Amino acid sequence: MIEFLRRFLSAASPSASTAKERLRLVLMTDHLALGPEIVDAMKRDLVDVISRHVEVDREKIEVTFERQDRAIALLANIPILSVRRPEPPAPPAPPAVRPRRKRSRRRRTTASAAEPAAAT
Amino acid sequence: MHALTHTATATEPAVTRGETTKLGRAIVVTSGKGGVGKTTTTANLGTALAQRGARVALVDADIGLRNLDILLGLENRVQYHVLDVLDENASLDDALVADKHSDGLYLLAAAQSREKEEVDTEKMRALVASLRERFDYVIIDSPAGIEKGFKNAVAGAQEAIVVCTPEVSAVRDVDRVVGLLGNRFRPQLVINRVRPQLVKKGTMLSVEDVDAFLRLPLLGVIADEPQIIVTTNRGEPLALSRDGQTANAYHAIAARIAGEDVPAPRVEMPKPTLFERLFRGGRA
Ligand SMILES: Nc1ncnc2c1ncn2[C@@H]1O[C@H](COP(=O)(O)OP(=O)(O)O)[C@@H](O)[C@H]1O
Ligand SMILES: [Mg+2]
Repeated sequence: MIEFLRRFLSAASPSASTAKERLRLVLMTDHLALGPEIVDAMKRDLVDVISRHVEVDREKIEVTFERQDRAIALLANIPILSVRRPEPPAPPAPPAVRPRRKRSRRRRTTASAAEPAAAT
Repeated sequence: MHALTHTATATEPAVTRGETTKLGRAIVVTSGKGGVGKTTTTANLGTALAQRGARVALVDADIGLRNLDILLGLENRVQYHVLDVLDENASLDDALVADKHSDGLYLLAAAQSREKEEVDTEKMRALVASLRERFDYVIIDSPAGIEKGFKNAVAGAQEAIVVCTPEVSAVRDVDRVVGLLGNRFRPQLVINRVRPQLVKKGTMLSVEDVDAFLRLPLLGVIADEPQIIVTTNRGEPLALSRDGQTANAYHAIAARIAGEDVPAPRVEMPKPTLFERLFRGGRA
């Protein structure tokens, strides 16, 4: 039924709009592929941020782009070697309350992400 | 201070030489994708520029797939080709074929039985440079692709015309080619084979759509023109006449290339037939 509806809809939508949408995605992918230095810079920045919380294997990082339905997704595979636990409980005078809360939440997500990586 | 006097003396002779023999403009016509109308555009633009009184050399850089001579109806006059000149088997004067129809228009044909890879990029650059000394315009018809043939075609040019049709693949290839050209060449866009009725129905990308993706200066818009097949069969470019929308679209491109501020390109729907005019009250 959904398939039928989809076919019906795609038949009804003028092909120029389909072409436009496809072009938009194709060009986006092409431009990403064309800029390896951008991908490298992104990789570096990602790793820098994540390394604040966990130790990662810089050599084995993979950053890819995958075309999903209506957008491009960035997929990063970052092997985690160990969690940096011994961070002092009170970092040198964090400016406000809000950033501190954010940080603790972030740490929790990275810690759980570390588990499957540790198993491999 | 020293540097200043140095540059002053260095530019002096260049300026005076520039006044006597001004170098022509070398423009490459390219697209990435094949079959979008590079050769047709080159033949017609060359014809239109020559009709304006300019001296024009057309260089067929599609080595191995010689076409431009056919479009101009010059296939029986070609004796030597680009590679003969590059290999010094023929002089430029021997190899340049004068056009039948337009004064001031010359063709340097491609080699038919050779391969693109045989062409030396530096020699090609030098050839275009020497043509620029003798012609107002040197228009280079590039082969499809982005490999050596493309690079050779681009080598001696300072400007680029990119030809695109309103299709996903053609737009993508132009986008790639423009990326490869980088900041040089100030590429300008010709959108070819537009079918206004299909655009209106929403089945073809519009000029505005293509333009929005590529964001290049729009040099011209050419309709999908049934007459093109006739002119190609005859070896008489459409731009030899000034009758009709498409011929005039080529002349408008030539005018824009020559620096005239002619109105923005448009492709009109075909004029209503007499029947339609009578019965729908269209203006005569
Ligand atoms: N505006 C147009 N209308 C109709 N047919 C065209 C038009 N432009 C090009 N063609 C046709 O398309 C085909 C490819 O054109 P060509 O100029 O040889 O492309 P390219 O040099 O890019 O490979 C030819 O058969 C040509 O006659
Ligand atoms: Mg061609």
